Amino acid sequence: MPSRDYNLLGPDAQNAVTNGLVTENWYKTPIPRQQIKALMRRSDQPALRDTAILFTLMIGFAVGAIAVGQSWWALPLWLAYGVFYGSAMDSRWHECGHGTAFKTRWMNQTLYQIACFCLIRDPHCWKFSHARHHSDTIIVGRDPEIAIMRPPNIPALLVIFFGIFDFFNGFKRMFTHAAGNILPEEAAYVPENYHPAIFRIARIWSLIYLLTLIVAFVLQSWVPVLLIGLPRMYGCWHIVLCGLLQHGGLADNVTDHRLNSRTVYMNPISRFIYWNMNYHIEHHMFPLVPYFRLPELHRALAHDLPSPSHSIFAAYKEMLPAVMRQIKNPEYQINRPLPATANPYQKHTSQTKAKN
Amino acid sequence: MTNWIDACSSDDIEAEDVVRFDHERRTFAIYRNHENQYFCSDGLCTHEEVHLADGFVMESTIECPKHSSIFDFRTGVVETPPACENLKIYATKVENGRVFIEV
Ligand code: FES
Repeated sequence: MPSRDYNLLGPDAQNAVTNGLVTENWYKTPIPRQQIKALMRRSDQPALRDTAILFTLMIGFAVGAIAVGQSWWALPLWLAYGVFYGSAMDSRWHECGHGTAFKTRWMNQTLYQIACFCLIRDPHCWKFSHARHHSDTIIVGRDPEIAIMRPPNIPALLVIFFGIFDFFNGFKRMFTHAAGNILPEEAAYVPENYHPAIFRIARIWSLIYLLTLIVAFVLQSWVPVLLIGLPRMYGCWHIVLCGLLQHGGLADNVTDHRLNSRTVYMNPISRFIYWNMNYHIEHHMFPLVPYFRLPELHRALAHDLPSPSHSIFAAYKEMLPAVMRQIKNPEYQINRPLPATANPYQKHTSQTKAKN
Repeated sequence: MTNWIDACSSDDIEAEDVVRFDHERRTFAIYRNHENQYFCSDGLCTHEEVHLADGFVMESTIECPKHSSIFDFRTGVVETPPACENLKIYATKVENGRVFIEV
């Protein structure tokens, strides 16, 4: 049984190049230029509205939780605050990282920096890591953002719902950067001229987290760390719940996002928190389309895509059995039929073109 | 030696848009900005080999369709990562409704 090595510096990284998987030749549904141009159009208004709602809710829940003090009533309020901090900030990080949330660049940048801080994700490293995820989506040895590896490690997958790994990994990276070092796998995709900026931001963040700890200690109170830092753990479950569905159980080492990505219809609250990333095939095919136009893009491409899962529950019902089967048989994957109107799935070609 | 190539009709490009032009095994991107001026650059992004003509033009910038790096196509300067290298640009002129590029 062929095994998979997800290390970016391992043998599968080279195999991907040799097998022609590192290519610009990804399948795209043909769409008239006029139509895609209209879909890529930017606007500040939707993200300004959503950001105002997000911060109002966060402040409201935090103030409420502090006000009720040690009562059990504080628990749901902290949990709600945590979801916006640990999960909604993830989708803000993502959308602003693509530069598509706002029309105005400084607005994208500002929200991106805030989200990066909340998630303890260096703004530069993760920009390059996510670029690689888009270049080589679920290509083993190339994509640094594969959530469910094969064979899946079920206990590890359960643990990520509590953010433990991401939390400690975030701090490990931050302290490494603050000390003026870059991790070897980061060196594989982050150009050297960005290293000084990475070190600088890590030092500023370390100071802020240290101050938070000092305030908590002086006040003899959990409140400062429940506000800053810990929500990265106790509030990340929603992004994990949605995020695992993006590619879980589907194909790897292909060059057609219809084979390795999943679109899921979700309830409006999850869509607000997740900023429409449930339209995931559409996002990968046309990453310049802002989150607020993804439903429209979805309708424009529907004739060429496998039918979406109709709820988070339905998507898990499809994904979980496949993931369980992959424990014994890592080659197993879900194959979804295409509608009669669709172009056939693309078999990847053998031309190779590695840039980095 | 100056070599002006007839690339396209000025009407082939809408305001704030871009078209691809292939010539002698080379590929170019020809832009019309919001002020109806025409510009030309290499057709491929400097980050990976992606055609910029599939990208998004806002005023005088082109956003790469793959990872959203933004280039000012008047100067070729890259403004946002992940691309790190500037774009090579070429002179243009419009005569009798045709766009010429100097290569
Ligand atoms: S290919 Fe253009 S920014 Fe990556």
